[in-house]
Amino acid sequence: MHPAFSVIFLTTLIGAGQGLFLALFGAESLGHLGVLPAPGSEFLALGSLIALIFLVLGLVASFFHLGRPERAWRTATKWRTSWLAREVIVLPAFMGVVFLYGVAHWFGFNPPLGTLAGGYPVLPTVLLGALGALLAIVLYITTAMIYACIKFLQEWHSPLTVVNYTVLGAASGFTLAAAYAAWAGAAGLVNFLVTVAIVLTILGLATRAASLVRNSRIKAKSTLQTAIGVKHPKIQQKSQGFMGGSFNTREFFHHMSAAFLRGMKWMFLLTAFVIPAVLLVVVLATRMDPTGVLIAAFVIQYLGLIAERWFFFAQANHPQNIYYQSVA
Amino acid sequence: MTQLALVIDLNVCVGCHACVTSCKEWNTSGDAGPLVDQNPYDADPTGTFFNRVQSFEVGEYPNTETVHFPKSCLHCEEPPCVPVCPTGASYKRESDGIVLVDYDKCIGCKYCSWACPYGVREVDAERKVMTKCTLCVDRIYNEELPEWDRKPACVRACPTNARLYGDIHDPESVVSKAIREAGGYQLMPEWGTKPANHYLPRRKTHVTIREDEVERADNPLKIDSQLPKPGQEEPSLDDVTSW
Repeated sequence: MHPAFSVIFLTTLIGAGQGLFLALFGAESLGHLGVLPAPGSEFLALGSLIALIFLVLGLVASFFHLGRPERAWRTATKWRTSWLAREVIVLPAFMGVVFLYGVAHWFGFNPPLGTLAGGYPVLPTVLLGALGALLAIVLYITTAMIYACIKFLQEWHSPLTVVNYTVLGAASGFTLAAAYAAWAGAAGLVNFLVTVAIVLTILGLATRAASLVRNSRIKAKSTLQTAIGVKHPKIQQKSQGFMGGSFNTREFFHHMSAAFLRGMKWMFLLTAFVIPAVLLVVVLATRMDPTGVLIAAFVIQYLGLIAERWFFFAQANHPQNIYYQSVA
Repeated sequence: MTQLALVIDLNVCVGCHACVTSCKEWNTSGDAGPLVDQNPYDADPTGTFFNRVQSFEVGEYPNTETVHFPKSCLHCEEPPCVPVCPTGASYKRESDGIVLVDYDKCIGCKYCSWACPYGVREVDAERKVMTKCTLCVDRIYNEELPEWDRKPACVRACPTNARLYGDIHDPESVVSKAIREAGGYQLMPEWGTKPANHYLPRRKTHVTIREDEVERADNPLKIDSQLPKPGQEEPSLDDVTSW
């Protein structure tokens, strides 16, 4: 497939935003349980704002993918059948909850609504955060299912697609959260966030590598024989029917060399996983001020995920390409 | 239920592209808007087409055959492009099974084209919406055309009659008979899309004639000569069967 930058930015930006929100809510929850030092309300409010900025940027990027963005409101109508429509519903809902969560923290609006067994108060921010966390997970699934549900794009049609979108998005989000915590001076949270980011980054390396191995072994279901219905083992296309380009020759191929594709693969494995993981481990192992290193880790990981998403699209081989192999 | 479709006879198609140009001409002139071209008379011309004729070489030299292969939307009975559409712009008509795009609802997200394994949907670069073969829905029901002309433009244009048009759910239609009798098949059956359009395979055309078929044995007027020639008074096959 042709990797469209609008979609690459959409999926990587909202993935990081969702991950950051999960990190914020995780930190708040563990703070209430007394496992971690409780993060301040302002810290959580500002963090929500950063998450929201990522989500808005992603949403803006997505509009560049549409031929008729002024009709985007129509996209929510077919949620019964279309994963794209489901994403279009969940994304604004999630953004709304993140906004409310941030506002509640900013204004300190947190009256206990009741008490649970064990004396834990039921707090509005926790309820909002739990709803937001649920929506964040659902949003990962809906985004990934847009790709995973197309059965003839065999590289995408796998549960690993959903796993990777979730784990990779969450990893970049936790790295971002760690950088933010270090920058904001929430020193008590940094080690926790860095540890989770390391776990998610290494887990992401494992699941992404698993999908690379799976994809390298795919046997294409469609062949030239099934495409035109001629059983002979030796068929060659002599003419695709036109000499200029068309939508079919532009949209479904990356127009790069195999060497470029291989280079991109190693580059994203290095920049999305290995280098950030090393930087995160360095932060855990040393006692220096981690802010600069963590910001660098996030930027490198984010750029790596852009390369990863580019490769994700480029690697998918659409069966329609069988029909467009020869110009004459 | 009706399922209108094309049946394309690969045994007859000569690859003249008349269906391509006729399709383009009709569909660029219609109410639904033009099929826009970019640089039509310049380097790198490109544009929107609903129908293409491709050519394949089958076999190994010198035992090769050229197969000309027209390809347009197959109007699948299980169209994978329809459920993925977030706006409902891509839909399949209940009444006649034609898969259409509502150009007023389409947002141009291209998702339906990703979900079509046949590559028969094209975004129009200027109208910014997904376009595709309509089976000339604006011809086949068009009461301003004489009844014999209410067929898709490609079918009307084909000089060798390689394109048949009709209802594949009606077992007596010309297309159903052709599919049944000439081994009609579907493209990429592995995806379960059940294309309505079928293709008739290349076949060797040869006739086996027994000697007694050269002359009519059941020739009632005994005009044709025949060996051994029955005598004028002897019973012929007609006489036998009429006993």
